[in-house]
Amino acid sequence: MSGPFRLADGGRIDRERPVSFRFDGRDLQGFAGDTLASALLAQGVHQVATGIRYGRPRGVLAAGPEEPNALVQIEKPFPEPMLTATTVELREGLEAVGLPGQGRLSPDPDPARYDAVHEHCDVLVVGAGPAGLSAALAAARSGARVVLADADTEFGGGLLGSGEMLDHAPALEWVERARAELARRSEVRLLPRTTVTGHYDANYLIAVEDRGPDAFTRQRTWHIRAHEVVLATGAHERPLVFADNDRPGTMLAGAARTYLHRYAVLPGRRAVVFTTDDGAYAAALDLCGAGVEIAAVVDARPEAPPFWAKRCAEQGIPVRTGHAVVGTTGEEHVTGARVAALDPDTGALGPEEHHACDLLLVSGGWNPAVHLYSQARGPLAYDEAAGAFLPSGSVPGVHPAGAAAGLRTTAQCLSSGAVAGVQAASRLGLEATAAPRPETDPHPVPKGRPLWRVPDPDAGDPGRTQFVDLARDATVADVEKAVGAGLSSVEHIKRFTTIGTGHDQGRTSGTVSSGIIAGLLGADLAEVGTTTFRAPYSPVSFAALAGRERGELYDPIRVTAMHDWHVEQGAPFENVGQWKRPWYYPRPGESMEAAVLRECRAVRTGVGMQDVSTLGKIDVQGPDAAEFLDLVYTNMMSTLKLGRIRYGLMCHADGMVFDDGTVMRTGEHRYLISTTSGGAAGVLEHLEDWLQTEWTHLRVHLTSVTEQWATIALAGPRSREVLERACTGIDLDNADFPFMSWRNGTIAGRRARVCRISFSGELAFEINVPWWHGRQVWDALYAAGEPFGITPYGTETMHVLRAEKGFPIVGQDTDGTVTPQDLGMGWAVSKKKADFIGARSFSRPDNTRTDRKQLVGLIPAAGEGVLPEGTQIVETRVLPRPPVPMLGHVTSSYRSAALGTPFALALVKGGRDRIGQTVYGHVGDRLVPVEITDPVFYDKEGARRDG
Amino acid sequence: MTADLYGASPLAVRADALAASSSPSTVRIAEVPFRAQVTLRVDPRGAAAERIGAALGAALPGPGGVARTERVAVLGLGPDEWLLVGPEGAAQGLQDTLTAALDRAFGAVVDVSAHRTIVQVSGPKAREVLNKGCALDLHPRVFASDRCAQTDVARTSAILMRHDVVEPGFWVFVRASFARYLADWLIDAAAEYGG
Repeated sequence: MSGPFRLADGGRIDRERPVSFRFDGRDLQGFAGDTLASALLAQGVHQVATGIRYGRPRGVLAAGPEEPNALVQIEKPFPEPMLTATTVELREGLEAVGLPGQGRLSPDPDPARYDAVHEHCDVLVVGAGPAGLSAALAAARSGARVVLADADTEFGGGLLGSGEMLDHAPALEWVERARAELARRSEVRLLPRTTVTGHYDANYLIAVEDRGPDAFTRQRTWHIRAHEVVLATGAHERPLVFADNDRPGTMLAGAARTYLHRYAVLPGRRAVVFTTDDGAYAAALDLCGAGVEIAAVVDARPEAPPFWAKRCAEQGIPVRTGHAVVGTTGEEHVTGARVAALDPDTGALGPEEHHACDLLLVSGGWNPAVHLYSQARGPLAYDEAAGAFLPSGSVPGVHPAGAAAGLRTTAQCLSSGAVAGVQAASRLGLEATAAPRPETDPHPVPKGRPLWRVPDPDAGDPGRTQFVDLARDATVADVEKAVGAGLSSVEHIKRFTTIGTGHDQGRTSGTVSSGIIAGLLGADLAEVGTTTFRAPYSPVSFAALAGRERGELYDPIRVTAMHDWHVEQGAPFENVGQWKRPWYYPRPGESMEAAVLRECRAVRTGVGMQDVSTLGKIDVQGPDAAEFLDLVYTNMMSTLKLGRIRYGLMCHADGMVFDDGTVMRTGEHRYLISTTSGGAAGVLEHLEDWLQTEWTHLRVHLTSVTEQWATIALAGPRSREVLERACTGIDLDNADFPFMSWRNGTIAGRRARVCRISFSGELAFEINVPWWHGRQVWDALYAAGEPFGITPYGTETMHVLRAEKGFPIVGQDTDGTVTPQDLGMGWAVSKKKADFIGARSFSRPDNTRTDRKQLVGLIPAAGEGVLPEGTQIVETRVLPRPPVPMLGHVTSSYRSAALGTPFALALVKGGRDRIGQTVYGHVGDRLVPVEITDPVFYDKEGARRDG
Repeated sequence: MTADLYGASPLAVRADALAASSSPSTVRIAEVPFRAQVTLRVDPRGAAAERIGAALGAALPGPGGVARTERVAVLGLGPDEWLLVGPEGAAQGLQDTLTAALDRAFGAVVDVSAHRTIVQVSGPKAREVLNKGCALDLHPRVFASDRCAQTDVARTSAILMRHDVVEPGFWVFVRASFARYLADWLIDAAAEYGG
């Protein structure tokens, strides 16, 4: 037996499948189909948690996601913080504990898989109750692509817990027929266990599907783009506010009905039903029929609805109209209700009577679940007759239906859902007709009259135990304090009291608090309004948001054609943008420092090779290509001859260096330009921007060809000898193949474009072959170089070698505030061209200051080590009182095999005039003397580039 | 033979992993290497565009459209931009055809055969696999057999072309440096369909 409060038969549970679970250290049993809450109630366990502020015992109030009280921490099968017991499916081995309002994250990584998927449909129906199913059927029969999402484990919505009949048979038979028909249609996707958490612009909605711990993916985030959306999200019953209204055993009337019909659980033996709404009478009668003694129906309204009053009389249920529950007795479980007559005009209370009970059902009316409609910018308006905020106005392509639109009977919900489905399909140009509505129980439309707050009979400390927001432990006294402090906006009072800020987003407290505020202010509730509804509707785990974008798939890793060779050599990699570039190639047992010095020495004295495929490459074509390049580079490009190459600098309009690279003329109207590895996409965007918006008259086309080419740098005095062995078709001597020119040849049987470009100052070549041939040509060059001790080198050696030559790296030695002149590269700024990007800025007074930071070299005093990059440079040997004037900072800093000393590049104020001076680098707590030098440390004459 | 002619395709190292992640009844993933790919830029309203259409045997399609001849697919990437995809070894011939038809009119013809490789994703679950990382509506009613798009798949940009042969399928054009990332992402996305 799964508990003394479980009925012998009935319900949607699977009695063939008992489930063992553990709660707060107790081993218990339930059935498949239970929630944790229903299984606990079947055992007679009402207290699940304690309140967050006052620690008072708290029980199960609701039967769905609106639950404010019953927070649990799941310990097994996997840790999850802060779930509501009313939405946790019971599973074998489940272990949970009640929570005092706050959960804790597991310190262990979550082993489960979470992912995301994009979905498109004609009609998204949110909610699979009578309205949602009717809408989905109508839309699907028109041929529309339909998605039907529902947060519950099975479809049916309110029908799951009402025991109603449709077409003279249990309503759930109709639900099953509808579900089966929808499932048969190929263009319909059914998403049970899926909560739509956000409704954004243009009918973009996000939903989270809980696929369960056994599924391949535990949770899936659905990004749904729908032409039309039917919001059949149902309604939430409101509790009532009276003294000690938080005792375990206090439950929403509709929830009790759900526990009875869906889970075959009696939530108590003797109940008092306190209501201001007709809806609670059905619950009282259903529970009475199941054997619960109804001590009284306490209806705050002066008259009971005749239809229900007659049925109560038939069952011998006493109905006390014009009365209210003013308080409760009991601590860990309600033991009785304090009932008194309530004057509806004055609020005066009559003498109290006590009704013993172990279940106190409350019903203060119903709030349509307008969250998504409101998120979609749908306006809400207070409806006096409904006693609730309802969708008003309209949002194109959004159709509220059923209880979410304020409707109360199953018949109304079925009809409005069908109409919404037809309307949605019709707006898409599809032919849709509503099927005949199934016949429903002949119930009158329920009516209610809101009672936002029952007067507190305990005069001493009024309102302190009248809970408005159970999740936040916020009381009527808190609201009174807020209003007393002069607050009148619901948004301000929300922030002052924290009402509506809990995990449940104030589903049971929002409208109630507005009603109480309106009463305190003497204002119209319609004017007071509600707080803003924001996504997510239900809490979403970070893991679901991250999906598969974690670990290796967090961000793309870009690799070159030769990548695996670098891996085989054991090279560590440096991240350059998304590229992986080999950093250095250590020999067994070799340190990074030793490896880099060795690689540098090899290039300066023998030959080295580097994979430089990552440099960006853009094909520039068109009759106006030369004019265009003159405009985008600071130096002259139009004079470049076919077969020749020129270095170029690019600036933004502010005159600051933005990228650099080479321009190779490959045809009469055709060029191939290179960019920095990290800057390629930005340069292409920059160029297209100017071309498409400013210089639309220029006939130029740009094509990214970065990955078309694998590029290998061969550098060092013996590089020509290596190439002579490997390459045919090119006369490699200086006269025929001068520096900064290119030729076509053949290497390893592959056509190759060979350039004489050097970033090290040494004789060097760059070999370009289609990506497919990169590895093969690399291997061929390596083999050809073996007799010369060819040494592969990585980005660190490349950085050292170029720094020895004073070549800046854009983004390392520049930071967007550095001009070509600051770099000492005024030679690369044309004086002849009429215009180019940045030209006008070079004459700005600020750009011609002589005390601008300029690129210089630094040599630390003898015996000092390598300066950390970023080291601040100061003028004096002893630090003056703050603020200390800063001269500049170190941008690049290395050891040098060639120089035999550490050296650095730095940006220093008026640096070129300070060459020869000693300044100081602030390293840790020391000031290190450094000499300012010319930034070119090695081979100032450039004698080595021709070998 | 082709490997000899072309060296190594970007996903040659993932061939086994892609095959292992494929399942005939759900989704198949495989590289389609070494296809000739040529970018064409030309004014679509000019006489040159007409000459090119005539030379190819198919009028240049509008943006998002695909025109096919027996040997070549022409993908409309933008108002004045196309990608021509032909069989292995056809790149030079295609360039010559286009350049001749341009006849010195303003335009551009660029060989990008090695710039991107192609990954074929096909089978009943192909759309679901791609939609884990692609926000576009790939339903055949919307993304029909004559459609292509430039979009993102997972965290890389890609060109998508519907490529139905017997069963629904797509060609995903991805830049060579991103190919392994995309392959790894596809293998992960297809894992639930049981390779």
